Amino acid sequence: MEEKKNTKQQFTVNIYTENKIGLLNRVSIIFTRRHINIESITASESEVEGIHRYTAVITEAEDQVIKVVKQLEKQVDIVKAFYHSNENIVFQEMALFKMPTHSLASSGQVEKLIRSFNARILAIEENFTIIEQTGHKEETQALFSLLKPFGLLEFVRSGRVAITKPMKQFKDHFEEVQAAASL
Amino acid sequence: MKTITKSKTITGSEAIIQCLLKENVKTIFGYPGGAIMPIYDALYDYQDQIEHILVRHEQGATHAAQGFARVSGKVGVCMATSGPGATNLITGLADAQIDSTPMVCITGQVASHLLGTDAFQETDVVGISMPVTKWNIQITRPEEIPKAIAKAFFIAQSGRPGPVLIDVTKDAQFGKFEFSYEPCSRIRSYIPEPPLDENQITNAAELINNAKQPFVLFGQGVILGDAQQEFKKFIEKAGLPAAWTIMGLSAIEDNHPLNVGMLGMHGNYGPNMLTAECDVLIAVGMRFDDRVTGDVNRFASKAKIIHMDIDPAEISKIIKTDVSILGDCKKTLPLLTKKLKKSVHANWLQKFRELNEEEYDVVGKDELYPSIDKDISMGEVIRRISEKTNGEAVIVTDVGQHQMVAQRFYKYSKWRSNITSGGLGTMGFALPAAFGAKLGAPERTVIAVIGDGGFQMTIQELGTIFQSKIDVKILVLNNEFLGMVRQWQELFFDRRYAFTEMINPDFQTIVKGYHIPAEKVTKREELEGAVERFISSEGSYFLEVMVGKENNVFPMVPTGAAVSEIRLK
Repeated sequence: MEEKKNTKQQFTVNIYTENKIGLLNRVSIIFTRRHINIESITASESEVEGIHRYTAVITEAEDQVIKVVKQLEKQVDIVKAFYHSNENIVFQEMALFKMPTHSLASSGQVEKLIRSFNARILAIEENFTIIEQTGHKEETQALFSLLKPFGLLEFVRSGRVAITKPMKQFKDHFEEVQAAASL
Repeated sequence: MKTITKSKTITGSEAIIQCLLKENVKTIFGYPGGAIMPIYDALYDYQDQIEHILVRHEQGATHAAQGFARVSGKVGVCMATSGPGATNLITGLADAQIDSTPMVCITGQVASHLLGTDAFQETDVVGISMPVTKWNIQITRPEEIPKAIAKAFFIAQSGRPGPVLIDVTKDAQFGKFEFSYEPCSRIRSYIPEPPLDENQITNAAELINNAKQPFVLFGQGVILGDAQQEFKKFIEKAGLPAAWTIMGLSAIEDNHPLNVGMLGMHGNYGPNMLTAECDVLIAVGMRFDDRVTGDVNRFASKAKIIHMDIDPAEISKIIKTDVSILGDCKKTLPLLTKKLKKSVHANWLQKFRELNEEEYDVVGKDELYPSIDKDISMGEVIRRISEKTNGEAVIVTDVGQHQMVAQRFYKYSKWRSNITSGGLGTMGFALPAAFGAKLGAPERTVIAVIGDGGFQMTIQELGTIFQSKIDVKILVLNNEFLGMVRQWQELFFDRRYAFTEMINPDFQTIVKGYHIPAEKVTKREELEGAVERFISSEGSYFLEVMVGKENNVFPMVPTGAAVSEIRLK
């Protein structure tokens, strides 16, 4: 168990915050300070009105992650932070691929790839076609490798978004924090 | 009396002053400049209610505010202009952040339409200060001022205290709005005091009640929690030997029978050696700084660890904790004390005494009473000052050898009497912190103890002391070296004294230039009379004592060693 805590593995850190200017900077400083690279980060509104949610992916030892989460929660404008190993979340990323339209027209290969990867076509113009695929990084990366020989023009992948498996809702955590804030 | 209670249209600048009055601020340390001129202009009308101390450098304002806060328990306030004024605050903010000092800094900023344009004296102080503030905010509209300042004061002094910075654009200072003020007592995302867990108190009490060799380490949390009596009752009921971190010093008096001395790198022999022997270690309001723990893997390895702290992020950060009691020790200590069995650990306490006596024979005796053929020691100067002041002065130290010596040998007899830069180790801290402390506790004697290196880092603050006629006794222990670094070079770098020797100016001439009486002691026989004049002077006094150039501070725990590997020589 101790050994596991000291080996680096991928964790997703969910951070619930007030919607304030500069807060992303405050969050990132806490990682940077410990020399932790943020592999991906997304920010959006959460299910609770006025509360924003950051999802950061890092690779670190669990005992370090525990300390980082406490440092995050210590920030005045951060309501709550959680960390999860990949087994405890359902997560997804989205990738967009820009392909020359003739690469689809000239052979059936690209179309086959789109079908087999459950990707879809978002836009077709005379010069280019935009393909969208959602999945884990390995899946979007695999499609990327396979599309590359067909003249891939541009590629972008989003940060991870993740939903946790445990059933306790953030709303309940938030109520607990608010109750404690009133002591 | 010019205070506004009902809402009224005023400028943002005047609102800032009104807010400060509502927060009961009577003293501000600051330095004017372009982007904060409207606030200074507003302050001009309130001189009868708020005293503004004009420092000589903005760093001085921050340390003065720290000294003020530490001695009084109130929030220290400082003001600076944008750009260089604001960046000069950073060292003090970092110092206040790491030493949990409540401080509110207000900076002027260029007008909001100029933000991000590299305007004259524009700097992103909110970005720069983010890692060294508990909270910070930029204000671009006057309407935001009352709420921001109310939050700032609440955040600075609640929970684990810390520094807060408010950056106000010039247009927000000029703009008018309907002013009203409501203090802040709650922020929905912020838990100043974690909820109490009764089980942990029971668990801790059980450990302490069954302990054969319990040992208490106390830090500044006891002082910040204003828990002097609660802490004494706690250690007295169970007969617990207690040792202090340098931030915890003066939380109980030096001669309290259970006070077994100083922890850490230059701490006492007893507490360092016996950390390895204790079976239950109770840390109260301290954070296991590396200067206290030495090698963490060999720290208190036989002990169960109980950690009492208000900040959950401190629990198991450095030392793995068995029982943690979160909360303000003023509330948690009495709950724990109630569950303790009355006890004395006479033999165990005696071990501390014996080891400390052993240390005294090897180190203390020579430091406090050097033989006549030796140079003046820092210790004997501190001893004389301690005797002359009956241990009742506020001692403000800088950083280095003199700091360790003052803390080891001044016989602190009063609460809140030690003001030092602990976590950050900021040279130049003492001189400004000392006049801040004097303004925070005018009834007390305030003595700044400084080395010749640190003195020159903020020497310009003599100007503040002179102009504002503040009564500070300034002691410079001059060894013409950056003494602590030189000591390390001697012990660990083959005596290669790389750039630690100081060729100093004539401090007497400089100090006299500021019209502060000054005296220099080079011979032992001059010392007693000089200390007498120093302490009994009306108003400020400067005493410079030439001490042994290559004296070392012992005991010492070398870096990376366990605290029980402490060296006496």
